Amino acid sequence: MATATGAGLPIRPVSTPDTFQQITKLTRYQLYEYVRSRRFVAMLGIVAIIGAIMTALVGHYRGGLVSSNLAFYGSFWGGGAAFLVVLAAVIFGGDAIAGEFQNKTGYFLMGLPVRRTTIYVGKFFAAFLASVAMLGLYLLILLGNGAFYFGAGALPWQLPVSLLITLVYLAAVLGTTFLFSSLFKTSAYGFALTAVLFLIGFTILQALVVDLVHIEPWMVISYANSSIGNIFNPTVNWGLFGNITTTTTQVGRHSFVTVTTYTAGIAESIVIMLGYLIVTAVGGLYLFEREEFT
Amino acid sequence: MPPSLEMRNLTKQYGTFTALNALNLKLDGGKCVGFLGPNGAGKTTTLKMLTDMIFPTQGECFINGISVQQDRKRALAEAGVLIESPEIYPSLTPNQALEMVADLRGVPAAERKDRIRSALEEVKMVDWADKRVGRFSKGMKQRINIAAALVHDPSVVVLDEPSTGLDPRGMAEVRAIIRGLKKSQRLIFMSSHILSEVVDVCDDVALIDRGKLLFYDTLANVTSRFSDGHSSIDLSFARAIPPDAVQGRIGTLPGIGSVTLLDPRRLRIKYTGGIETQERLVESVAQMHLGLVSAGESESALEEIYLSQISRGD
Repeated sequence: MATATGAGLPIRPVSTPDTFQQITKLTRYQLYEYVRSRRFVAMLGIVAIIGAIMTALVGHYRGGLVSSNLAFYGSFWGGGAAFLVVLAAVIFGGDAIAGEFQNKTGYFLMGLPVRRTTIYVGKFFAAFLASVAMLGLYLLILLGNGAFYFGAGALPWQLPVSLLITLVYLAAVLGTTFLFSSLFKTSAYGFALTAVLFLIGFTILQALVVDLVHIEPWMVISYANSSIGNIFNPTVNWGLFGNITTTTTQVGRHSFVTVTTYTAGIAESIVIMLGYLIVTAVGGLYLFEREEFT
Repeated sequence: MPPSLEMRNLTKQYGTFTALNALNLKLDGGKCVGFLGPNGAGKTTTLKMLTDMIFPTQGECFINGISVQQDRKRALAEAGVLIESPEIYPSLTPNQALEMVADLRGVPAAERKDRIRSALEEVKMVDWADKRVGRFSKGMKQRINIAAALVHDPSVVVLDEPSTGLDPRGMAEVRAIIRGLKKSQRLIFMSSHILSEVVDVCDDVALIDRGKLLFYDTLANVTSRFSDGHSSIDLSFARAIPPDAVQGRIGTLPGIGSVTLLDPRRLRIKYTGGIETQERLVESVAQMHLGLVSAGESESALEEIYLSQISRGD
């Protein structure tokens, strides 16, 4: 015998929150979902392992690694943060949109009085915050080591600037990841494309642009992210708007080799990254607004 | 204003294939409308356009007079939706999933806990409220989905085969929930393959095949219209029906077309007339003290109509 209450509760209309409130709420719940997921624990583990290896390396070799606080932070933040950004973006953003189709969780959200843009933006912020948490853990390990070798007050001014560039880079990488995730209904494609593009693809593209076209690779994001580490390097003339250095070296009696080096400036890097963020966000939103839950 | 749903010239094409062809259907008032049709008829396509999951090639849908295609947020505000047995984020518990739904829908924080508890009680999932959804069976997830569709006390409820994945007890509970929703003047639009479910809970039926609406009417009118002008009801008795009563006392009641003994305790009456005639007939049989225990629309009558209408298109 069915005994569901079926009490015929009165209809009680509710007032739907505005879009900004819904984005905040969605971000909170998505972040909560991330925090409780296995991928979050796995990513924490990866960051902890990287931090442990870094701590062991510095402790064992010291030497040049701790010759100055700039060398230390340049090596470990400059070298590690960009990689962690890509890893976090792939893990938290790779299936953010495609997974909604593939796992059918999108049908749960799409029945709600929420704009598609709200879902997209809320998920983006959640992935951003989850990634920031990972970078935060890495930074804590770094600061712990830095405090041990140089004292707690010996933070170079370059570190907060590099952090800012890293956060803009994270937003740009996530924007691209979300675009790929919107492009496919299968999560694996989003994961793979983002990883390949950011770990190898853009570097190859940058080399091709410099070596074959001989122009500043301002359109390639890997060029811009070099600022994260360059800022710690006193021998690199990075400036605000970048630098082009041409060196000509004689290699024989009549032969000369001319090498042109492009260095992205801090402001230039941020503008390039913001450009990526804006273009990919508009593209991703456009796709998601038109995607059908067939 | 009574709850309403309207599909105006609704068409969906995939290339050269027409999944839905100029559907015009207007439903209003507190009742349950069954949406019937074979696989691929266009039922889910219709419901998905009604909830903005897919976009019409032509036409528009309205919930309580608000265009879904123009303003999905406002249109879906008073609708509870369950389409295609969605998956819930596996890390969430039912409490958390419903909290998210209620929060995004704007259920006031002070009422949220009570409404979530009521919704979980409705679907018999209170004992599982704090367990992760990822470990639930398909039927349990479906119950949570139903709770999510009801947690904000909507005036319109759109259900796509709500009994999918449920065991017989679960199916009976879903029917009880729908009957309860009808009591509070909600409009329920429900697609189903299960004719007994439709006969049990629906007031009206719409039949669709190959993207075209074949008919929409009350259940009584449908059975009457397509059964040589006769409607059918099945009566069940606590004991065997005396043979003389079948063609004698019952068969001679006004409006009776025929009486068929289905088994010693069940018989089918075909009659002319609408719901008033049905009421009068049931009252008359009850007064004969033959042990009448239940009366309901004949499931097989609807089945016959369904099959005849669908096969006509073949």
